[in-house]
Amino acid sequence: MADPWQTARVLAVRDEAPRVKTFHLALDAPTGHRAGQHYVLRLTAPDGYTASRSYSVASAPDGTNEFDLTVERLDDGEVSGYLHDVVEPGDELEVRGPIGGWFVWEDGPALLVGGGSGLVPLMAMLRLARSTGRSDLVRLVVSVRTPTDLYYTDELPGPEVTVVHTRVAPPDSARPTGRLHADDLAPFATKGATAYVCGSAGFADAVGTLLVDVGWPAEQIRVERFGATS
Amino acid sequence: MGQDGGMATRGFFGRERGARDERLPPGQYDTGNSWPVLTAEVTPDLSTHDWTFRIEGVVDTPTTWTWDELHALPESTYEGPIHCVTTWSKFDMTWRGVSVDTLLEAARPQASAQYAVVLCHTAYTTNLPLADLTGGKAWVAWEADGEPLDRQHGGPARLLVPHLYFWKSAKFVAGLRLVEHDEPGFWERNGYHDRGDPWLEQRYQGD
Repeated sequence: MADPWQTARVLAVRDEAPRVKTFHLALDAPTGHRAGQHYVLRLTAPDGYTASRSYSVASAPDGTNEFDLTVERLDDGEVSGYLHDVVEPGDELEVRGPIGGWFVWEDGPALLVGGGSGLVPLMAMLRLARSTGRSDLVRLVVSVRTPTDLYYTDELPGPEVTVVHTRVAPPDSARPTGRLHADDLAPFATKGATAYVCGSAGFADAVGTLLVDVGWPAEQIRVERFGATS
Repeated sequence: MGQDGGMATRGFFGRERGARDERLPPGQYDTGNSWPVLTAEVTPDLSTHDWTFRIEGVVDTPTTWTWDELHALPESTYEGPIHCVTTWSKFDMTWRGVSVDTLLEAARPQASAQYAVVLCHTAYTTNLPLADLTGGKAWVAWEADGEPLDRQHGGPARLLVPHLYFWKSAKFVAGLRLVEHDEPGFWERNGYHDRGDPWLEQRYQGD
């Protein structure tokens, strides 16, 4: 069996938010990824010790060999800390993927609900919908603590996107700060739509409950939780 | 490059580490006291009154147990580690439940039963060779580290197959369907390995 690990060249690194960076990478061959999939990234120390973590692709499938991974730096994060502190354009990283066939959007009406870094795989879906002229199919609700915690701020705003602030809202915000509640999601309950929920375990659980409460069929809710993988 | 190529990543030295803990399968780290939660579906709220466990398929005596009936069977304990494919391992756990051997004894698998499809109270499924569920290697478990299993971790009861990656230990377990031929389950259809032995690092299809 061929070695599943590939070398990804780092083309660019950009700041997305405090403690959040996007790594723009290139493979030798087209990525062939689907919106919502992830790669495993593996670091190898000189003594052979390795550390691997999974990171969602933020960029839409576009037929090229390039893709974006957006990585939040976690406290004591062995891999995320290295990526943030050391990696620069020109470096090479080992990756494996793309992986996953469940938390993937390709067509059909969808509600995307993300908390914090849970926005990343949903951004790939939104970008795909926009780049293929199908943004009428998707609605994105993203929950962040404060305006500075929002990623992709130049690109994100649009008629499909609602940003909910839990702690600090911008001055022009009509919605009081606070956690997502049923009223935030009820307007998007469309018959036949699939919900994609991504965030911390607590966030995903709370949103799953809210969706079921507004009548969303549980079997039409797909969930991706970020555990304590640092 | 790859596992044997030994290409070091520029500037990466890794966590401070002593001798490698020999209890850790390759590519795993010790998550300590934390217990990460990973689920692909909405967490159901199952009452023990509604919960049942059944064995069906290629068996002589298809059998369904209620919560109380399952608890009337001899209790069995597992003490040891669990290993998640997302690279964490958790050591020194104590689980209580009933051995799958005890349940299979009642359902009496036929000789042609080679595999099991694990059924859940959600749409989740996973597949296993029957041999991985017999011989004291698998449980239906309702207690972890002295506490009733909470719903985040699959309560009221989940399958426990600790010698394989933990996605095989299906949460909200509802039963086993014994079959003659392997039928890939939820993650197995989505790129993950059919068996999932952590010591062979069988994470994804093709490993």
